[in-house]
Amino acid sequence: MSEEKAAQSGPGRGYLEEKGWRSWAYTLDHKRIGVMYLFTTLFFFLLGGVFGMLIRLELLTPGPTFFSDQTYNEMFTMHGSMMIFLFIIPGIPSGLGNFLIPLMIGARDVAFPRLNLASYWLFIMGIIVILFSLAHPMDTGWTFYTPYSAKTAASVTVLSFGIFLVGMSSILTGLNFIVTIHQLRATGMSWLRMPLFIWSMYATSIIQVVATPVIGMTFILLAMERLFGIGLFDPDKGGDPLLFQHFFWFYSHPVVYVMILPAMGAISEIIPTFSRKPIFGYKAIAYSSIAIALAGFLVWGHHMFVAGMSVYADVIFSILTFSVAIPTGVKVFNWIATLYKGSISLDSPMLYALTFIFLFIVGGLTGPFLGSLATDVHLTDTYFVVAHFHYTMMGGTVMGLFAGLHYWFPKLTGRMLDERPAKTAWAIIVVGFNITFFTMFITGMQGMPRRFAEYPEKYQAGNVISSIGAAILAFGILVMFYNYVRCMFRGAPAPADPWRGKTLEWTVPSPPPTENFETIPTVTGWPYSYGGKGDGDA
Amino acid sequence: MNQLFDIPGAASKISGEVDSVFLYILLVGLFFFVVTQGALIYFALRYRKKKGEPERETPYITSNRALETIWIVIPSILVLSIFYYGYTVYMKMQAPMPGAQEIGVVAKQWLWEFTYPDGRKAVNELHVQTGKPVGLSMTSEDVIHSLYLPDFRIKQDILPGRYTKMYLLPDRPGEYQIFCAEYCGQGHSLMLGKLIVMDAHEYAEWSGRQAGESQAAMPPARRGEELVKNSGCLGCHTTDGSPRVGPSLKGLFGRRVELSDGSSVTADEDYLKESMTDPGAKVVKGYANVMPTFKGTLSDADITDIISYMKTLK
Repeated sequence: MSEEKAAQSGPGRGYLEEKGWRSWAYTLDHKRIGVMYLFTTLFFFLLGGVFGMLIRLELLTPGPTFFSDQTYNEMFTMHGSMMIFLFIIPGIPSGLGNFLIPLMIGARDVAFPRLNLASYWLFIMGIIVILFSLAHPMDTGWTFYTPYSAKTAASVTVLSFGIFLVGMSSILTGLNFIVTIHQLRATGMSWLRMPLFIWSMYATSIIQVVATPVIGMTFILLAMERLFGIGLFDPDKGGDPLLFQHFFWFYSHPVVYVMILPAMGAISEIIPTFSRKPIFGYKAIAYSSIAIALAGFLVWGHHMFVAGMSVYADVIFSILTFSVAIPTGVKVFNWIATLYKGSISLDSPMLYALTFIFLFIVGGLTGPFLGSLATDVHLTDTYFVVAHFHYTMMGGTVMGLFAGLHYWFPKLTGRMLDERPAKTAWAIIVVGFNITFFTMFITGMQGMPRRFAEYPEKYQAGNVISSIGAAILAFGILVMFYNYVRCMFRGAPAPADPWRGKTLEWTVPSPPPTENFETIPTVTGWPYSYGGKGDGDA
Repeated sequence: MNQLFDIPGAASKISGEVDSVFLYILLVGLFFFVVTQGALIYFALRYRKKKGEPERETPYITSNRALETIWIVIPSILVLSIFYYGYTVYMKMQAPMPGAQEIGVVAKQWLWEFTYPDGRKAVNELHVQTGKPVGLSMTSEDVIHSLYLPDFRIKQDILPGRYTKMYLLPDRPGEYQIFCAEYCGQGHSLMLGKLIVMDAHEYAEWSGRQAGESQAAMPPARRGEELVKNSGCLGCHTTDGSPRVGPSLKGLFGRRVELSDGSSVTADEDYLKESMTDPGAKVVKGYANVMPTFKGTLSDADITDIISYMKTLK
């Protein structure tokens, strides 16, 4: 972008100045691309949420009441695949990541702006292909296990192609971020002066680049199985259905860290800002992101303890799984230690951030029940697992995203969010979430398997409680979105640094000008010198 | 606690041990829960700056080697102990039981077929004796299923083209739920079975009855009703007129049914027999072609009796 153009943009509108759809569709500005990702992924969050609510509606009664069993199976598949592939994987990395990475490291854009725009449109193409598969809605669950997925009449082949494109977009974004973080940091921003959000995005990008090709390949093989009957996963032809599960989880386990690490990064920014204290254990948090990313590649087998693997493989995967618990625990301890003797303001971003920690601890502590072999045999494929991953993914990642959206909303839009509805929504969400998902731990311990369209009557009480909780949760989320939409147009104008944060994005106006920085800043210390005198280092 | 949450009591020795592992993890978890959530909430409230209060000076603390060592070492030890405990009990669960009664299990969409050592077959109901170990040798005819016995805390996936094994030693007489725990399509949640554990005396009596039953004179319609109940038909077909995975059996006999290829056929003896032995040949309109064949499972005499029963369902 030329400097004259930037000079033209009026005060207060920054990168949002230019109007018209072309200015968005052809934009090379990382901020605009980030915003487009946020809108797209949040749309699928709401749509996936609607399917979630329909699931809860049907589960009010043991028998089929509102939908047939087949429709129910299609709905939970929709809920899972939309939330995972179209919301939670791209949401924080491609949305907030795109917007924030160049701003936080003192760059004018990502390393490859054109590639960045191509990634976004690949993502949209993938979505369009996926929508075509609705002609014969998927009924396989989001895990697509063969041989069922090879045999069903649903449009698995079309969907495979769609997810392949979405995956391609994810790889290119990861690549772009890795190069950006290596090459474009402002003078003086050594690795150990990078904001922790950048560290977590770096770890995330590594996983995206290394793991995503495997799922792309797996879906191509699945499509070939259906189109040409190559039989790689078909026992009648000498294939092995377990091979599919290995391929699938080799991607899909690391990818849970693609989901959670960026949220952890956002939390690591918000906690020190609102505590007015330096982050505790900077290096530990930074390195634990990398440790989690690497160890995350070695634990996929814990999804398959009862799948029919060798007992010895089970044992090795179990012990490796526990090794991931340590770096994760370290992060939690560090965040809590940061609060100690702080001067804590409980503004809405902080409330969501503290809730992230609270819920993530519950999600984390229920992990060992599933990592331990003896108890996993009982609990796997029951509602206990459903509860566990909603605590980590929704209580963790999504709460981290909400925290991030509240924190960076002024920077994104140039306007402040209303605190009162933000806090009201927060309270409703916390109550609704826990009623919905804590109950599922118990339903799972009672033995109710997941993906059950109908269930024995003895599970009805738990299911009704979960459905009531889900209604409360949905209401809270609507209040929150109402607040976003209203304040996008009506919010009070935001100053450059409303929260008195110290990372570089707060040194530029809200919203930032198209070229981000008039002159590229020189960095002389780490971004967490709260309570200290002058610039410090980790 | 089990009673409080209506969690099924352990039905065998090993499931009691699984519960102990569960309890151990729960205690370790509660310890960390109290420490972390306690500190989180305490700090957030204790160091909270109220509106209008002036900014407090905060100390510049960036790390503490001793503290960080402690919170790496202690969780590592506890986590390793959880792994080890879970591992030892798991190895016991997996160990073959000497002298186990071998039962063959064939899982298919959406029923369980059990084969006793003497060749007798049963659908969806497995009778075993207390104190006698049972070894299930399991395979699938179509997609992946998983045999799950919540009361026994065990489950094992069942794959097409190979055999997986599962052992259990039932201790207490009773009826226990069998679920399919691996999603297997439309009727997944209807793929229900029962494990019936009997003491030695009851079991002998039941065995004798089974042997005599084939000769026992029972009215054909009555016998057909039993067969429908015991062959897993009711998982997909109702007898009250409401459609489920498949059409209801009520009023079906003699009716004209529309087929998926647009033609129609009268549901007479020949059509009904064909539908049991070759279900894919003529599929009723509006239903998926998902029924497994019962050729070999049901004899010709069985089929005749089932049709007699269907005639009574008006």
